[in-house]
Amino acid sequence: MAKLSKQEIEHVARLARIGLSEKEVASLATQTSSILDFVETIQASDTETVEPTNQVTGLSDVWREDRVVKCKLTREQLLANAPEQENGYIKVPKVL
Amino acid sequence: MAALEYLSIQQAHDLLVSKQVSATELVQYYLDRIAKYDDKINACLYVRKKNAIKQAEKVDAKIARGEQIGLLEGIPYTAKDMFLTAGVPTTAASKILKNFVPPHSATVIDKLKSAGAILIAKVNQDEFAHGGSTENSAYKKTANPWNKNHVPGGSSGGSAAAVAADFGIFSLGTDTGGSIRQPASYCGVTGLKPTYGRVSRYGVVAMASSFDCIGPLARSAEDAEIVLKAIEGRDVMDSTTIPSNFKANHSGQYKVGIAAGYTDNIVMDAVRQHYPNTTEVELPSGELALAAYYVLVPSEISSNLERYDGIRYGARSKATSLNDTYTKTRDEFFGPEVKRRNMIGTYSLSAGYYDAYYEKAMRVRTVLREQFNTAFEACDVIVTPTTLGPAFAFGAKADPLNMYKEDILTVSSNLAGLPAISIPAGFDEATKLPLGLQIIGRQGEDATVLEIAKQIQANSDWHQRRPKL
Repeated sequence: MAKLSKQEIEHVARLARIGLSEKEVASLATQTSSILDFVETIQASDTETVEPTNQVTGLSDVWREDRVVKCKLTREQLLANAPEQENGYIKVPKVL
Repeated sequence: MAALEYLSIQQAHDLLVSKQVSATELVQYYLDRIAKYDDKINACLYVRKKNAIKQAEKVDAKIARGEQIGLLEGIPYTAKDMFLTAGVPTTAASKILKNFVPPHSATVIDKLKSAGAILIAKVNQDEFAHGGSTENSAYKKTANPWNKNHVPGGSSGGSAAAVAADFGIFSLGTDTGGSIRQPASYCGVTGLKPTYGRVSRYGVVAMASSFDCIGPLARSAEDAEIVLKAIEGRDVMDSTTIPSNFKANHSGQYKVGIAAGYTDNIVMDAVRQHYPNTTEVELPSGELALAAYYVLVPSEISSNLERYDGIRYGARSKATSLNDTYTKTRDEFFGPEVKRRNMIGTYSLSAGYYDAYYEKAMRVRTVLREQFNTAFEACDVIVTPTTLGPAFAFGAKADPLNMYKEDILTVSSNLAGLPAISIPAGFDEATKLPLGLQIIGRQGEDATVLEIAKQIQANSDWHQRRPKL
């Protein structure tokens, strides 16, 4: 039975960039473990001889003409949903 | 003025053309209906009043000039909040997109606009389409129009409730593991998940990209077909779209296979009335399909939802460093189910677990597709109940795993990319709530699925029963 420890949950949360409260870590440890137990069903399936399915359309190398298309939207329109902006740029907290 | 309740697309079109009702009056009828009943149903997240009327006036002017109008011209519809609609708020029912107003529309919204259809409301759903009851919406709980203590299903619960409550003639939904068909079944309406790739996803909030499909929820298979024809086809903006193909297998003699284990289900009566000679076929294992689904889909979710980082658009939490901006934003504005799926997906894609989970589940996906191919050697379509039972009461599936198990009859078609429709086919004796019949077709054979649904609906009136609001 898969049983995720508090440390493992915190590690995965770091990878997923989700801050979690102590309470969330505890409830997610239980819930995630029971979900992982459930999906263990796949281990019983014999898949020795089959290839993995990445996608189902069978399409590959879908090309389009390589040409420059003029964007109909203005810089202001594109930036309108940014949480913070300054002088036409998206503003972020310091990186380093 | 003519009676306007529960019009089909064709009926509304005929009323418009014969000038028995104007497009403006038609839009006003739905706006009034939403104003009157939506405080009980809570299907709508945003109602588009002024601009819907403006669009209707243009249709009226065209009719007044004696010009011909198309079948969808002046037809009011609603769309799940997953669809980007230029200038109209789009939240995916998440707090992280609370104030998001997209600068452009999804291809399907543009196509419907060109066809003249009028968007009147954006409707509720589970946050980012994660769920089967619409209870995961960050904004409100939508009620099932048949019994307001019960859920409408999900994740396209607002769409199904809106069609059942007559808040528009049809609605657009998305279906990753049953999110069109299950709510359609719970609300007694028709819901079509087309073949994967049939409809462009450009401008639709992504959930799991190798699964997501877009389709209509409507009064009947006939209406669903009209909408599908308007929205389907190759799109240069979505490289996964496949070329149009609308030929049904018109032999007239369809072989219908009933999924083993469900031959005695009440919804099969609707099938047998029209197709007396059914065969019994083995459906791919539901448990196995569900397990593979709940590895692959959270994995794709965790990748697709990386974009909600509080940087370029959407909500941002106050933080002093970039990393804290990410983690705080995603903690504060993602709901519990969205976090859960991100965690499962990140885990199954992480170093050391990829082969055991993601890679293995992709192989299982191949096994399931082969099982479908075998089943389709004996029949043209496979029928199943859409769900194991009727709509459940609010809060009844609070355990996430119990909610996941709701999808057991619907996820297989998404794993294999097959077209599938849910049509109303009876009522549950105990609760008097609607039950749905699912018809699954071969990949690309959407037209066959629709043809059979139309034949059954021509001989039954389940799709014409209405809830008392």
